[in-house]
Amino acid sequence: MTPFTTHTGIAAALPMPNLDTDVIIPKQFLKRIDREGLAEGVFFDLFKDQEFVLNRPPWDTASILICGENFGCGSSREYAVWGLMQWGIRAIIAPSFAGIFFGNCEKNGLLAVDMPADDVEELSWLAQDPATAQIGIDLHQQRIIQGGSNWQFDIPAARKALLLEGKDHIACTLEHETEIATFERHHGSDAVH
Amino acid sequence: MTARTLYDKIWDDHVAHEAEDGTCLLYIDRHLVHEVTSPQAFEGLRMAGRKVHAPDKTIAVPDHNVPTTLDRANGGMNEESRIQVEALDTNAKDFGIHYYPVSDVRQGIVHIVGPEQGWTLPGMTVVCGDSHTATHGAFGALAHGIGTSEVEHVLATQTLIQKKSKNMKVEITGKLRPGVTAKDITLSVIGETGTAGGTGYVIEYCGEAIRDLSMEGRMTVCNMAIEGGARAGLIAPDEKTYAYCKGRPHAPKGAAWEAAEAYWRTLFTDDGAHFDKVVTIKGEDIAPVVTWGTSPEDVLPITATVPAPEDFEGGKVEAAKRSLDYMGLTPGTPLSEVEIDTVFIGSCTNGRIEDLRAAAEILKGKKVKDGLRAMVVPGSGLVRAQAEEEGLADIFKDAGFEWRLAGCSMCLAMNPDQLSEGERCASTSNRNFEGRQGYKGRTHLVSPGMAAAAALTGRLTDVREMM
Repeated sequence: MTPFTTHTGIAAALPMPNLDTDVIIPKQFLKRIDREGLAEGVFFDLFKDQEFVLNRPPWDTASILICGENFGCGSSREYAVWGLMQWGIRAIIAPSFAGIFFGNCEKNGLLAVDMPADDVEELSWLAQDPATAQIGIDLHQQRIIQGGSNWQFDIPAARKALLLEGKDHIACTLEHETEIATFERHHGSDAVH
Repeated sequence: MTARTLYDKIWDDHVAHEAEDGTCLLYIDRHLVHEVTSPQAFEGLRMAGRKVHAPDKTIAVPDHNVPTTLDRANGGMNEESRIQVEALDTNAKDFGIHYYPVSDVRQGIVHIVGPEQGWTLPGMTVVCGDSHTATHGAFGALAHGIGTSEVEHVLATQTLIQKKSKNMKVEITGKLRPGVTAKDITLSVIGETGTAGGTGYVIEYCGEAIRDLSMEGRMTVCNMAIEGGARAGLIAPDEKTYAYCKGRPHAPKGAAWEAAEAYWRTLFTDDGAHFDKVVTIKGEDIAPVVTWGTSPEDVLPITATVPAPEDFEGGKVEAAKRSLDYMGLTPGTPLSEVEIDTVFIGSCTNGRIEDLRAAAEILKGKKVKDGLRAMVVPGSGLVRAQAEEEGLADIFKDAGFEWRLAGCSMCLAMNPDQLSEGERCASTSNRNFEGRQGYKGRTHLVSPGMAAAAALTGRLTDVREMM
């Protein structure tokens, strides 16, 4: 997966709560057998509105989204994460994320940061002014930077390491192949599973 | 020994490896696969030269794209959908996994086929690249949706990298009133806790009203655990569970059954086990409900009126404004006066035999409102066959419903079954998101009985008036 270390870019505010994966990428873009060509499907219906934030400069080049609570709820479609990344999004900051979407971000190196609602609201206000919309993210330092201010965020050490190194999760798991085989022998012997 | 919850017990029995920070490799007993979220995962295996670790525990069925019209054997699928379904045909064959192709009478929605064929059993871990995998929790199996990268991870290793969730108990006490169903329970719970109320938790549903539900009803309740944000929903197995499983094609037989049942009988929450969050609802307080907005938490009794944005607080005020505008509803309108264009009965939430029986009961000898579009899409080919045998299909057809073949259909509208702009639908599915059933389509989530009642009157209707 794509590693994430530091990133600086334009942040766009999408404050509505419960923004679901059907809205992030509608069903007509889920018919591929590869991961390509998904950028055009991102927020497809929202883009029809000229006033939609990502239609307007400077946010039409945004690479960071500042979102409302429970972002990415609904369907498990990883197409949502692939599409966002292909559109150019590298990080999403929100008070909370839906579980499956959060996991999908992690697997692809799209940084999903959950922060206290007050901090997110502050960042959201800054993002709505073109003069302060550019922010920096430093994963090493677990810090978001805008002008002279910065905000700390939490991230479990194991997740951070995977993101920084862009590690292949399957290869990591296969290092425990022997343990899985041992477990399987024991687990399979009770005729239950 | 420490008192454990049902979730604790299933979790403990599946940890293949635990890292220092508590991250585990959770062993997966059943991996269900459909055509939309799997092609890139199989391709990933090919590129890395990997095999499917446990083909015998991997079961595939196409459901999202497949047309449900009777002519589907002769084309009827658009080019992209055809390619995706054919990719699953090829992948199932190449990797040697169990497969129910479109032509097989057992084909249907993956979450209906799994239990029907006896793949889903108590105490198992079950995953699928689909958020409604929570359905299988009705059997006391730990079941949840995963993304495509995780599909590839399970195919390659038969494990998932997981951190344990917290325990939440949702208790529905006492009896339900007449006309109130499993769908009303699960929607009412989401109405109470919100779509993020379950985030970070595995829910165990319990209480007399849950015990009284059939296996079909329990599947409906667990199916929508994800709509409440939960990782999974669980119901402890009991006599009804064993009776449902016994004799299914892939359920254990003979001595293996005896051993399995003895184990299943240990799968309950111990007295005094700790829950991090508890929600209790009185069964008698639950009414037949309907959604008014574009989030499953926008739930109200059918006897209520359309709310106003001022009824809410914080970010929900703007969200309600947007929802009402999208739904074309005026605050203060009685919900029972909202006119509908379409009725959809089906989906992994309400596409099982009991759901069709409940709808047919209301429709028997009656006709759908003139000009209204109504369709029934059974959850599987076997549900369809059973409904035909029981005479339900004739009731639907005589009433003016289209009687379709099995698939996900208008629940997510990936196949041609879609709403047009502004079309309003009473739907037994699980999501009322913007555009879910078609661009600018308007969805009201209801139970099968409520959907049938709405079909007769042409408006959202209190099913109790028809009983």
